[in-house]
Amino acid sequence: MEQIFFYLFSVVTVASAIGVITTRNPVHSAIFLITCLLQVAALYILLRAPFLAAVQVFIYVGAVMVLFLFVVMVLDIGKERFKEHLHGQSIVAIPILIVLLGVTSYLLFNAKLPAPVRDDAPAPLVKHTEVLGKLLYTKYIFPFEVVSVLLLVALIGAIVLVMKKKDKGEQESSD
Amino acid sequence: MLTLNHFLTLSFILFSIGVAGVLLRRNILIVLMSLELVFNAVNISFAAFAYYLQSLTGLVVVIFSITIAAAEVAVGLAILVVVYRRRKTVYVDDLNEMRG
Repeated sequence: MEQIFFYLFSVVTVASAIGVITTRNPVHSAIFLITCLLQVAALYILLRAPFLAAVQVFIYVGAVMVLFLFVVMVLDIGKERFKEHLHGQSIVAIPILIVLLGVTSYLLFNAKLPAPVRDDAPAPLVKHTEVLGKLLYTKYIFPFEVVSVLLLVALIGAIVLVMKKKDKGEQESSD
Repeated sequence: MLTLNHFLTLSFILFSIGVAGVLLRRNILIVLMSLELVFNAVNISFAAFAYYLQSLTGLVVVIFSITIAAAEVAVGLAILVVVYRRRKTVYVDDLNEMRG
């Protein structure tokens, strides 16, 4: 039963990921990416991490993708013309990608994990969110603080970057 | 029966698709979206390791990773808006001023 759902979610994930990188219209890409991220949230539920699934939906689908769509609408980029959406560097990039796939699949099927892996289904974590919250505020308090400072820096940085200078504002808006 | 390898395979496939998007597309917006795909691939493998090794550290790492991805997208899109305002283009091969 679990396996059926896993294959369902992963097929949709991979298909929509391919959709993201092949469509010409950025809006369609963003919608494919939303599908992909929702499927990843479903996979987190299969991995017994409901809090992560909620965070994924709130932050990725709710915040990040809205930001993407907002920028697409604001910039009014429009479609790329046919054959123009690939770069000149594809000739180099495709062999590199094939090598990457080969190396990762070799590692995947031949590497040994240093820790024992449980192949039977472990019991779902009880009070998952509570345990995670306690861990975040005790053992991982320092990274937590660092990440909060990082978010603040990103917030201020984003605002400062897009702010227009006052004397140049009219000149830039006229063209 | 789901094993760790199922999730790792999915994660590698997603990662490769993301890298392909970064390398092959010209539109910066889609390059940024492909970066999100890469982040998600890594997050899946962290969550899978956390589940199969029965350790919560992986989940904490995923939370931090999602936060950092959000910050990255905010700054990246801000830079994109500034570049577009100045250069009127979003194609990476038109933005080659800093090439040596």
